[in-house]
Amino acid sequence: MARKSRSIPEINAGSMADIAFLLLIFFLVTTTMDSDSGITIKLPPYIEEPEDVPPIKKKNVLEILVNANNQLLVEDRLTRIDQLRDITKAFITNEGKDPNSSDNPHKAVVSIKNDRGTSYKTYIAVQNELKAAYREVREEYSLRTYGRKLENLSEQQQDEVSDKYPQKISEAEPENIEGGN
Amino acid sequence: MAKFKKKRASSSVGISTASLPDIVFMLLFFFMVATTMREVTLKVKNNTPSASEIEKLTKKSLVSFIYIGSPIKQLEEEYGTATRIQLNDAFKSKEDVREFVENERAKLPEYDKGKMIVSIKADVDTKMGVVTDVKQELRKANALKLTYSTKKRDADDKNYD
Repeated sequence: MARKSRSIPEINAGSMADIAFLLLIFFLVTTTMDSDSGITIKLPPYIEEPEDVPPIKKKNVLEILVNANNQLLVEDRLTRIDQLRDITKAFITNEGKDPNSSDNPHKAVVSIKNDRGTSYKTYIAVQNELKAAYREVREEYSLRTYGRKLENLSEQQQDEVSDKYPQKISEAEPENIEGGN
Repeated sequence: MAKFKKKRASSSVGISTASLPDIVFMLLFFFMVATTMREVTLKVKNNTPSASEIEKLTKKSLVSFIYIGSPIKQLEEEYGTATRIQLNDAFKSKEDVREFVENERAKLPEYDKGKMIVSIKADVDTKMGVVTDVKQELRKANALKLTYSTKKRDADDKNYD
């Protein structure tokens, strides 16, 4: 017995590297590296027949229309996308100063309506600018009240900031304004 | 002298490869952890737009992808250039979105069913009509968490052309 166990030969590990390389190459080919990221939105639930909503004062709504030529109409004025962020910020933080703009951030609603022919790129750009406007407003508020950046606040304080400037972006039911496909 | 030289030349030994498997295994494990399986083969052009206000999708298993765009070059002859919706591995119509969402939801464990996220990966040249249709279908299917898949861009860059 003892003599037998002494004579067990060692397993040749020379091909181990080859096997590992094979596996490595297999994983390199079949997997992807990109982690997915994107703009997150929450859709409203589907309602068969929309109920009558209580009317919102026109001054509390920032109306954004995008047509099939990717042109923006903000409050009936032709606007470029790079102006949108500042307009939105002024609208949210108005607090009743300008009688034709929002009363307070809680009542302020941003409404987007786009044509079926609007390009996806423009739509994303508009969404991004609106989100950026809200983020910047919150950021400034955080610096003003707490003297710290938003990311350095405690969770409770972050919630307070979000409550102060709630993100109210509404998307109108789709409509074929001028013959997209 | 010559004798000495000879001895030196013959004594050069190969580099030890004993640790090679370890190194390769380390690489292997790195790739296994850091990457995800490619699940579908793309049949549509998929150049996503860029945005700065993005959130990372951390839990991959909760996410289902809907690809929107015109067919890739190789398939143009067969399918034309009109915008298509790709679910899993095939072109589908917007009416199939609901069934797709139901199937994807059925795959999730019970406690995760409410957390399902749908990610729309649409090409920059897509028209909003198709995206809107898909969105309406998602609302009907009660899949309300939605992300538009985008690339990263600088927050202060306002030039979108």
